[in-house]
Amino acid sequence: MRGLIRYFRRNLSLLVGSSLLLLLVVFVVTGHFVVDVEDARALSVRPLQPPSWRYPFGTDRQGRDLLAVMVAGTPLTLRIGFIAGILGVAIGTVLAFAAAYYRGWADTIIRGIADIGLTVPGLLVLIIIAVGIRGGLSVNQMALVVASLAWLNPTRTIRAQVLSLRERGYVEIARMSGMSGPAIIFFELMPNLLPYLAATLVNAVSSAILASIGLEVLGLGPIDAPTLGMTLYWVNFNAAMINGWWWWWLAPTVIIVLVFLGLFFVTVGLDEYANPRLRKSA
Amino acid sequence: MRMIDIVRRCGVFAVIVLLAASLNFFLPKLSGQDPVRTKLLQQAALGGYVHQGIDDMVKLYEKRFGLDRPLWEQYFNYLGDVARLDFNYSIANYPRTVAEMITEAIPWTIGLLSMTTLLSFVIGTLLGALLAWPRAPRWMAWLMPPLWALHAIPFFLLGLILMYLLAFQVPLLPIFGGYSVGVQPALSLAFVLDVVRHATLPALSIILVSIGGWALGMRGMMVTTMGEDYVVFAEGKGLRSLTIFLRYCLRNAILPQITALALALGQILSGAVLVEVIFGYPGIGTLLFQAIRENDHFLIQGIVFTVIVALGLATLILDLVYPLLDPRITYQRS
Amino acid sequence: MSAVLSVEGLRVQFDHPLGAVHAVDDVSFTLDANERLGLAGESGSGKSTMALAILRMIRPPGRITGGRVTLDGTELSALDHEAMRRLRLAGIAMVPQGSMNSLNPVMRIRDQLADAFRDHGVALSAPELHARVAELLRTVGLRPDVADLYPHELSGGMKQRACIAIAICLRPKVIIADEPTSALDVVVQRQVMETLARVQRDLGCAIILVGHDMGLMAQFVDRLGVMYAGRLVEVAPIAEIITTPRHPYTQALISSLPSLAARGTMQGIPGLAPLLRDLPSGCAFHPRCPRAEDRCRSEKPAVRTLAPSHQAACHFA
Repeated sequence: MRGLIRYFRRNLSLLVGSSLLLLLVVFVVTGHFVVDVEDARALSVRPLQPPSWRYPFGTDRQGRDLLAVMVAGTPLTLRIGFIAGILGVAIGTVLAFAAAYYRGWADTIIRGIADIGLTVPGLLVLIIIAVGIRGGLSVNQMALVVASLAWLNPTRTIRAQVLSLRERGYVEIARMSGMSGPAIIFFELMPNLLPYLAATLVNAVSSAILASIGLEVLGLGPIDAPTLGMTLYWVNFNAAMINGWWWWWLAPTVIIVLVFLGLFFVTVGLDEYANPRLRKSA
Repeated sequence: MRMIDIVRRCGVFAVIVLLAASLNFFLPKLSGQDPVRTKLLQQAALGGYVHQGIDDMVKLYEKRFGLDRPLWEQYFNYLGDVARLDFNYSIANYPRTVAEMITEAIPWTIGLLSMTTLLSFVIGTLLGALLAWPRAPRWMAWLMPPLWALHAIPFFLLGLILMYLLAFQVPLLPIFGGYSVGVQPALSLAFVLDVVRHATLPALSIILVSIGGWALGMRGMMVTTMGEDYVVFAEGKGLRSLTIFLRYCLRNAILPQITALALALGQILSGAVLVEVIFGYPGIGTLLFQAIRENDHFLIQGIVFTVIVALGLATLILDLVYPLLDPRITYQRS
Repeated sequence: MSAVLSVEGLRVQFDHPLGAVHAVDDVSFTLDANERLGLAGESGSGKSTMALAILRMIRPPGRITGGRVTLDGTELSALDHEAMRRLRLAGIAMVPQGSMNSLNPVMRIRDQLADAFRDHGVALSAPELHARVAELLRTVGLRPDVADLYPHELSGGMKQRACIAIAICLRPKVIIADEPTSALDVVVQRQVMETLARVQRDLGCAIILVGHDMGLMAQFVDRLGVMYAGRLVEVAPIAEIITTPRHPYTQALISSLPSLAARGTMQGIPGLAPLLRDLPSGCAFHPRCPRAEDRCRSEKPAVRTLAPSHQAACHFA
């Protein structure tokens, strides 16, 4: 424990990032005791109330208590991000190991697909998919849609990392001493990659949340779920900015900013942990 | 560059074009029913003064993409249409064609995106280079934390915040649209200024977020480059600091940045779509938003295809220009 | 003969959280005009750091903490930044290590010579520059059309010749060559050394050759200095130091040379080079020295003059 504290003092980014995320968790957990989450549905409370003691975050035009929306919506948005991120990194890791370890045609194909896929603007492909299966996308389906592209970036970066690890001496020794391919992957490469995989995962979660919010703001999200992105969709739909209902967009904006800042600083911190040489230059 | 490399890169571009077209064709079919057909039939059932046109469209659609046709025939019909840039009529805006509407919107997006990408790349890269340079002024180090923080925020969210601060609270800049209501588009100075004023907030929200990324990447590359032997030797040659900075450090460190730019274009565009929506900027993003609202499948498909191809083209150009910057990629001599 | 370069009490220190490291510790020597001085030692002995320190090119966390370097009567530590910059290449030029990529990969050789001229205030028209570059390349044994090539189009030996061409372009008084032939194969090594020797003769400059290859040193230099753990432990004319080395470390170095040692008794130096961060007390060599006594463990030996041109830092020399 003391070692952990000492490490946090050196790795400020990790400390800041995890504190921000912890703050969000505390907000959601205490929120569930303070407010009735059912008030996140439309027509639950008086519409368009600015923040007050009764409604600390105000209420929206359709009669949702925005505090309840935030308490209910933050975990939903995070859930989409984590499902898509974990799926993306899992698929990406398998493909990257296959490509980098066995090389040859497997590598050519996997790398080709990842490279071409990354030049295509992901949001547009997701739009086509989402439009195709329209008519009530649930939160979990949303996560799967986002996951369908979330493996591209992890595949590319993990492959590069495995390739550089592969050239190191100890892998060579393991191979010469007759270890099998999968054994080398699990016993020699994996432990060295873990911190790097963690950084890639957090990064993938962040991209997935960004993509899901993008789809939601465009009106392709789960219409009746109170996610952060759907809240922004309603903000835009009702022109809350021009009408001066500042509290409506303020709450989701602040929370989304906290989510992204938290994830970003955790990624930076994990990068630093995975690659201590960066520390000097940072 | 060798001919074969040019051919290979053009081949990748062709694959992207084909991929974009196939995506448009096959993905909507995955759901089991044909959403285009459903929407067309709905629209035809609604009736109205454009009724005749929609009825004709339904007939034509059934003939070419009807369920009785084999899939491959539908597919080749579709590819043929795409090759002629014929994306059909806009279902919601009949009798306007999709191609027409895209042509109208695309200059706005290209203008906004090329300006913001160029500005943020140049400013961010220079800033990153200076941040790594030991002779840079001390105060520059204070720029890093805010740049990092901004970099983590989505474009459109910063757009919302800027909109509130600079257009709503302090009405410095217009809040909405590409030009003032009631103004006729014309090539006059007044109109151009009006357009620039309207584009300022959307542009600012893209630039402020992007700068941090370029600065971070460039700073890392500069730190690596400054440790290279040729920089040490350049110092030993008694070159001026400015020469070493520009021609030895920056010149080499910028190469990976350009590769990164080619990869980032897609992400930048994805983000810019939402910025357009938030600001009601009359580009491709807003058009796409309307098309999604109105379930206008032909328009959505047309936009997605056009944008993917345009980005593929931009990447191809960057790829072809890159060897001019890095002589090691030039194979002519050896 | 008059000294063109003199180094007195030069010290370089690297600041480190676990304590400062003295990479160069109180080193003094002189270099005569036209002389070829060798500096030998194991890696980590401070020889390359000293080469950089003479040019005042130590980067943080390292810094020069003491000593004077005088070139032709000018004291370098008194020069301002700009004057020191102008003195590099024009007064003292460096030839980088052969194993390194010391040429800018994105600039043609001609441009890498041109910017040296320009930044030293030598204004040349395009045809003049062309002629100067062609002549310099010919001097180092390269074809003039190499000027239009990029570094990746040259072989290792050609690159090193290009570096020599850059080093001599302003006719410096001193050239510091830091392992100029490392990583080159033996034949090319020889050619590069011959080129270096020839330009040194033609230019009439002095040269400091830094390296660890005693065989190469024996063939090339007039006088040899031996460095150990940041200190110069022995300096003498090359013939003298090979026949009668006085410092035990030098003796060990010489006897590790296969061609010069008695046949069949080739031997290495026992033990490992010390960590600069954690130097032994007294004489830094004592843990590996066959003659070490109590005195060596407590008392740092001073440099003593044993003969008019022979100095060594050993209690028993």
